[in-house]
Amino acid sequence: MRIRSLAAKAVLSPTVMVILVCFYGCAVWTAYLSVTRSALLPNYQFAGLVQYVRLFGTPRWNVAWSNMFLFGVLDIMGTLGLGVLLAVLIDRQVRFEGAFRTIFLYPLSISFIVTGLTWQWVLSPTIGVQNFVRGLGWNDFVFDWITRPDRAIYTLVFAGVWHQTGLIMAIMLAGLRGVDREIWRATRVEAIPLWRVYLSIVLPMLRPLLVTCIVLIAIAVVKSYDLVVAMTGGGPGYASDLPGKFVVDFAFERANIGQASAAAAVMLGSVLTVLAPYLYLELSRRDR
Amino acid sequence: MSAAGAPARIGRFGLYAFLIGMALLFAIPLLVVISTSLKSLDEIRAFSIFVPPSSPHFAAWWKAWYAACTGLNCGGVHVGFWNSVRILIPSVTLSVLAGALNGYALSHWRVPGADLILLALLLGAFIPYQVILYPLVKITSSIGIYSSLPGIIAVHILFGLPVMTLLFRNFYAGLPDELVKAARVDGAGFWRIFVSVMLPLSVNILIVATILQTTGIWNDYLLGLIFAGRENQPMTVQLNAIATTSTGEIEYNVNMAAALLTALPPLLVYFASGRFFVRGITAGAVKG
Repeated sequence: MRIRSLAAKAVLSPTVMVILVCFYGCAVWTAYLSVTRSALLPNYQFAGLVQYVRLFGTPRWNVAWSNMFLFGVLDIMGTLGLGVLLAVLIDRQVRFEGAFRTIFLYPLSISFIVTGLTWQWVLSPTIGVQNFVRGLGWNDFVFDWITRPDRAIYTLVFAGVWHQTGLIMAIMLAGLRGVDREIWRATRVEAIPLWRVYLSIVLPMLRPLLVTCIVLIAIAVVKSYDLVVAMTGGGPGYASDLPGKFVVDFAFERANIGQASAAAAVMLGSVLTVLAPYLYLELSRRDR
Repeated sequence: MSAAGAPARIGRFGLYAFLIGMALLFAIPLLVVISTSLKSLDEIRAFSIFVPPSSPHFAAWWKAWYAACTGLNCGGVHVGFWNSVRILIPSVTLSVLAGALNGYALSHWRVPGADLILLALLLGAFIPYQVILYPLVKITSSIGIYSSLPGIIAVHILFGLPVMTLLFRNFYAGLPDELVKAARVDGAGFWRIFVSVMLPLSVNILIVATILQTTGIWNDYLLGLIFAGRENQPMTVQLNAIATTSTGEIEYNVNMAAALLTALPPLLVYFASGRFFVRGITAGAVKG
C-alpha cells in the first residue's frame, strides 16, 4: 500500500493546474473561438460553423489541407519503408553497425530548420543537383521541383524521410533484437528463405511496433511547420503550404483569429482521428 | 550462414553495397553544406556545390558568427547563439527537475486520480502547438511575460511537462516500492527519500532527459519565434531569417556556415552521447 503524502500532492498540484489550464483550457478556448465571428479581435458571440464554411471555401486552406494528405501518405510510406528496410539489413550482423546507425540517425538530432535549409540548397536549380548534373555535360538536365507549384510538395518528402528514417530504424531495430531466438532456429531448420521469414513471420510479430511508428509519423505530419517554413516557405505562392503554417500565418501575420482557430481545430481533430483508435487499442491490449 | 557459399556471398556484397550507398545519401547533404561553407562566393558561382573546395578557408564561418545580416541587423549568429544558451539552461534544468519530481510523486506515493493525471499528460503531449498558441499568447501577455526571456522559458517548461513526467514516471515505476518503505521506516519523508534514495539511482535517466530536452529546446523554432520576442530570438529563428533574406546576392557560404553553427551543439550532443540520445528520442518521440 502506498502512503499518502501532503508533499506529493503539493508537488503535483501546480502541474495538474497548469496542464488543465494551458493544454485543455486553451484547446477549448481555441475550439470556441472557431465557432464565433472573431476576426482581427476575438469575439465571443456564438456564430455556428461560419468559420469552417469560409475555411473550406478558401483556396489556400484547401491546398494546405490536401497537401497534408499527399505529404503524409508519401512521408509515411518512405520513412517506414526505408526505416524498416535499414533496420532489417543492419540486424543481419553487419560490421560497423555502430557507424551505420550513427549516420542514419544524425539528421534526427538537428533542427528541422537546418534540415529544410540544407535540402533547399541541395535541390535548388541554380546551385544544387540540377547545376551539378549540367556541369557533368547533360546541358538539358532539369530538376526544378522545388520551384514548381505542382512539384514543390514532393521535395518536402525527401527532407522529411531523410530527417526521420533514423527514428524508425532505431525503434524497429530494438524490436528485431527482441525477437525470440527460437523462431530463428525453427525457420532455419525448416529452410524457409530469409525474405519470407521477415515478411511472413518476424514483421507480423512486430505489428504493434509498426503501428506505433505509423502513428508517430502521422502525428508529426499533422504538426509539420518548421520544415516547410525553412525549405519552401510554403511556396511557390502557397503551393506547398501545410495546415501548421496556415494557422501560424493567419493567427500572427494576417491577424485573423477566427480562421486560424478553425484551422487549428481541424488540426486537433486530425490528431485525435489518428490517436483515438490507437490509444484505445494500446490500452485494451495492456489490460489483457 | 557460413555453409551457404557463393550466393550468400553475393547477397552479403549486395547488402553492404546498399547500406554504404544509403549511408552516402544520408551523409551527402551535411558534407555538401560543410564543403560549401568553406568556399568563396566566386568558387560557388563557378563550380557545383558537390565539388570539394579548392582552398578551404573559414572566412564564411567568421562572417556568419560575427556579421551575418537579418535585414539591417548585422550582428551575426553569435547573438542568437547566446540567446539560445540563455533560454536553454533554465528551461532544461527546471523542466527536468519538474519531470523528476512529478514522476516520483506519481509512482511512489498515493495520489488521488493518479491514472487520470497520467492520461491527461499523455494526451497533452500530442496536442499540436498551433492549437493552443493563440490562447497561450493571451495568457502570457496578461501575466506580463509575453515576448520576454521568462516567457519563452515558461513555455518550454510547460511543453516539457508531459514527456518529462512520463519519462521519469516510467523509470521510477520500475523501482521497487520497498525502497520507499524502508526509507519511511528509517524516518525519511517525501523530500528526503527523493534526494537521498531516488536521485542517486536516477543518473542514467537524468542524462537521457537532459539530452532530450537540450536537443529539443535548442532545435525549437515556433515557440522561440512567437514567445521569445525580438531581444531574445533563439539561434534557429535568426538562422531562418538570415537564410531567407532575399535582398542582394545570396551568400550561400555564409548561410551554410550559419546553419552548421546552429546544428553544431545538438550534433555534438548526439555524437558524444550515442545510446542515451537514442533512448531519449524513442521514449520522447511523441513530443513536438
